[in-house]
Amino acid sequence: MGYVLKQGFKNIWRNKIFSLATIATIAACVFLFGVFYSVVVNFQNIVKQAQSGVAVTVFFEEGLDDMRIQEIGQEISVRAEVSRIVYVSAQEAWDSFKDDYLGEYVDTFGDDNPLADCANYEIYLNDVSMQDSLVNYLSTINGIREVHKSANVADALSSANSLIAYVSLGIVAILLAVSIFLISNTVAIGITVRREEIAIMKLIGAKDFVVRSPFLLEGILLGIIGSAIPLVAVYVIYDNLVNYLISKYSVLNSILIFLPVEEIFYTLVPISLIMGVGIGFLGSLFTVRRHLRV
Amino acid sequence: MIILEDVSKTYSTGAPALNNVSIHIEPGEFVFIVGDSGSGKSTMIKLLLKELTPTSGRIIVNNTDLGKLRHRQIPRYRRNIGVVFQDFRLLKDRNVYENVAFAQRVISVPNRQIRKNVPAVLSLVSLAEKYKSKPRELSGGEQQRVAVARAIVNKPPILLADEPTGNLDPRTSWEIMKLLEQINRDGTTVLVVTHNREIVNAMRKRVITMKKGVILSDRMKGGYIDEV
Repeated sequence: MGYVLKQGFKNIWRNKIFSLATIATIAACVFLFGVFYSVVVNFQNIVKQAQSGVAVTVFFEEGLDDMRIQEIGQEISVRAEVSRIVYVSAQEAWDSFKDDYLGEYVDTFGDDNPLADCANYEIYLNDVSMQDSLVNYLSTINGIREVHKSANVADALSSANSLIAYVSLGIVAILLAVSIFLISNTVAIGITVRREEIAIMKLIGAKDFVVRSPFLLEGILLGIIGSAIPLVAVYVIYDNLVNYLISKYSVLNSILIFLPVEEIFYTLVPISLIMGVGIGFLGSLFTVRRHLRV
Repeated sequence: MIILEDVSKTYSTGAPALNNVSIHIEPGEFVFIVGDSGSGKSTMIKLLLKELTPTSGRIIVNNTDLGKLRHRQIPRYRRNIGVVFQDFRLLKDRNVYENVAFAQRVISVPNRQIRKNVPAVLSLVSLAEKYKSKPRELSGGEQQRVAVARAIVNKPPILLADEPTGNLDPRTSWEIMKLLEQINRDGTTVLVVTHNREIVNAMRKRVITMKKGVILSDRMKGGYIDEV
């Protein structure tokens, strides 16, 4: 094992230039992944907050009795799309309208309630993408006069987020392929340089494991180094950028709530390291299998 | 110790390298294999090292039937055979000690044991004082002695030497042959493939002469046959 470890490190040192190129590519790959991941996760968080405020409102036919309104409430609340449902009576609707829009002119209405027929259910969704199917269902219920659905801001946010996720996945996939190719090349050069040594090892009776593992280890080490460097960079950049934005643009604080760096890195660190080790292992495994028939 | 029974080897190009060769070598023997290039000597070495598989026939080495050997058993089998080459095949970036220790490291001998074995074998080949030298700092004869030390440090029962004196002057060649003879006296079966007429004639050992893949003669205390 000592021999394998020593040779793994030596291989990296022997091919300094190629090792550096490989580390740089993996680092670029993991860095971009880290940046996209941070953006996507924050975006998702914002969308989630926006979605939690999205509600569909249903109004009842004139003169519908309380019993039927309760029944409708029960039918709606068991639907999969629904996270919670709130009953707003005609009086509550009028009170809320008065507070929001009438201000000092409220007295002109006296005791009348112009919204006497506006008792409604506010229905909150589990996922904004389910809004259309719920609206279709609600339109078929007897006793419902009108269904108001929310503007599709949250929907648009959700689509934008998916687009960012897909584009970033695409770029990361291309970089992954390039990294695997570069690792494969670096290891292949290592094998060529050490061809004589490998031949002697085989003749002496070294097991396949002993012959192959220094090269596999080389790939894995390159992967770990290549993913550790950008993680530190993303950490520092993210932490500073968020602190800067929060202090400089305090008005944004109510709209954009950034996730703390620790929360992002709790997931990002294991994913990136697994990615780095995976790239390193796969890249070297392909080469070792192709060039090192033992 | 080494048994070849009706062994033939034809390469994929169709060229026959060995044709129905049968040889029995007893434990502790010292055997020269002589012949022109193309006589099948190198093929025989490769077959014994299990680098090649015969087209037909059976090879048994140290009670192991090579035809029944699985791929993953080959490394363990090869530990029974030390090999010395004409071009020494030393690792140029490592010193004498490390070149010899390398043979032990790759088969996972503990360091404590390596520190004992390597100086002992270096002193056997009279290179104890040069253990720190790099191969380029040594003469041809010294490099070949390092190669011999590496081949025997794991104490294999068989030593194969493929043209071990091919790159050496006559005096140094003699030194190497004396070393191989000493190793043989200590109990190792030694097979030497060579072109060196003087040495073969002088040492009076068993000589197997090959030509175009067949055995031309097999004589105890023989000499180099001129007509080959």
